[in-house]
Amino acid sequence: MLLIVLVVCFFLNICLGSVSIPFKDVVAAILEDNSTKSSWQHIIINYRIPKATTALLVGSGLGVSGLLMQTLFRNPLAGPYVLGLSSGASLGVAIVILGSSLFGGAFSALLLTKWSLVIASSIGSFLVLLAVVLVSIKVKDTMAILIIGLMFASVTAAIVNMLSYFSTAEQLQRYVFWSFGSLGNLSWNELLILGVIYFIGVLLTILSIKSLNALLLGDHYAKSLGLNIKRSRFIIIIATSCLAGSITAFAGPIAFIGLAVPHLTKLIFDTSNHRILVPAVLFSGSILMLICDSIAQLPTSEYTLPINAVTSLVGAPVIIWLLMRKKKMFV
Amino acid sequence: MKKETEHIVLKASDLSVGYQSKKETHTVAKQINFELKKGELVGLVGGNGIGKSTLLRTLTNTQQPLAGTIHVNNQELTKINQLTLAKQLSVVLTENVSQTNLSVQELIALGRQPYTNWLGTLSATDIEKTVSSLDVIQIKEFAHKKCFELSDGQLQKVMLARALAQDTDLIILDEPTTHLDLYHKVYILKLLQRLAKETNKTILFSTHEINVALSMCDKLIVMKQEKTHFGTPQELISNNAFDDLFPKDLVAFDLDSGSFKIK
Repeated sequence: MLLIVLVVCFFLNICLGSVSIPFKDVVAAILEDNSTKSSWQHIIINYRIPKATTALLVGSGLGVSGLLMQTLFRNPLAGPYVLGLSSGASLGVAIVILGSSLFGGAFSALLLTKWSLVIASSIGSFLVLLAVVLVSIKVKDTMAILIIGLMFASVTAAIVNMLSYFSTAEQLQRYVFWSFGSLGNLSWNELLILGVIYFIGVLLTILSIKSLNALLLGDHYAKSLGLNIKRSRFIIIIATSCLAGSITAFAGPIAFIGLAVPHLTKLIFDTSNHRILVPAVLFSGSILMLICDSIAQLPTSEYTLPINAVTSLVGAPVIIWLLMRKKKMFV
Repeated sequence: MKKETEHIVLKASDLSVGYQSKKETHTVAKQINFELKKGELVGLVGGNGIGKSTLLRTLTNTQQPLAGTIHVNNQELTKINQLTLAKQLSVVLTENVSQTNLSVQELIALGRQPYTNWLGTLSATDIEKTVSSLDVIQIKEFAHKKCFELSDGQLQKVMLARALAQDTDLIILDEPTTHLDLYHKVYILKLLQRLAKETNKTILFSTHEINVALSMCDKLIVMKQEKTHFGTPQELISNNAFDDLFPKDLVAFDLDSGSFKIK
């Protein structure tokens, strides 16, 4: 069922854009490589398919990393965006883009390549995740961890503000565009690298399914079931940073997908069993992201909305609705 | 003589429990000695803050003993690896698990984790053990209910069934009767008594229901400030082990009835 919806969304996403391409031409372009119009073929192969594939990886990856964090922290409100991973990535990127003038001439030219942004945001989000994990060992209260995540975000915002004050209009524009998030900027090569890291993250997640289920009962029960808690935690954290870090690096900050997708999936499938949840989250994350991206394209118009804004508009009401239902939220 | 030692499932010798930090060692209880045999139901009693939970945490290898040794099936506890131990010792804790959206059957099946493969796939034996523990505890009628829909008493039975599915010689329960009404308190203890007899498992539980424990347990561990006693209820009563369990101003042990009375 989900697979069919996913395939339909995938093709729909390819069809829609500033130039609408009929469905049968899309299929023809992919299958036979001799589409009626060569310009369409060019658009499909070099822009639409990479973008749709990116959306697929981003949605499912963020969804799974959200699921991992919710189980790891035993907190239904945990997610890569809420716990400040995206803020950490923003800070890394802000330092590179806005602070580059401080480092001076030749060095700044080197810093402004695309790869430096990717590395900076990966390091940023990994450091924040590490900090949150360290704090969570000391502080057991789940609400406190969320608040600490928020504090990370405000500190980051403050530093970014200070950096903006001292930077040129051109640099500011670059940073603002990065923070909009974008699925369409990836070439096939970049997509390949994202895909490899994504694959490692998902593989580690699948290896963790058994321990994730044990962790549902809490650390003490999990330990009494013979689980090596430290090792399992480490694997889960590595998987989360691989997924959330690499996605934020390549596609910019994408809000709420990591939080909303696991909850929608738990709502539909009505279980906490990770053997069902992990594959289900992978599918529904991809589907939701493809839908959000299709909305962002504003079909048939030339404009594209920032994807980060669209996911916020879709994701935030979902979370508010979940909280308002008065029913319990589950890990 | 050798045959007798084989039957000892849990043994503590000169055990001291407490907390160790870099600066100082805080001993909660010391000189603890007992031997639990197969099929025995043993209660652990003592006042609030005397160290019952600390002792249970030490016995379940959650924290290290300060001195002395613990043996599970004649092997030293700290030297058994985590997975092997999981096949010998299961626990029922006071932790709340109702946050999760698992069905009763799924939760009980988690007790089979030490035996399942890397993905947690249940074999035919695993399913059979899960179903049979549902039967023994008599909770078949809500096997497909969600855990968060259950009452405290039902949830306690489910957690007990999970421990049973883990198929261990020894089950340790931390205050299984708190938050339950009198009927369910007695019900759970009767159930523990029946399990110990029928399945020949050794069951150790901490409790504040001294009167009920006195009448139902094979043996008791009585923790007090200066000494920890161990024996059958009759032995303990004749040794006056209960006399100074509590401050004497409000409750006192009545020798004739063998129970505590309010003054």
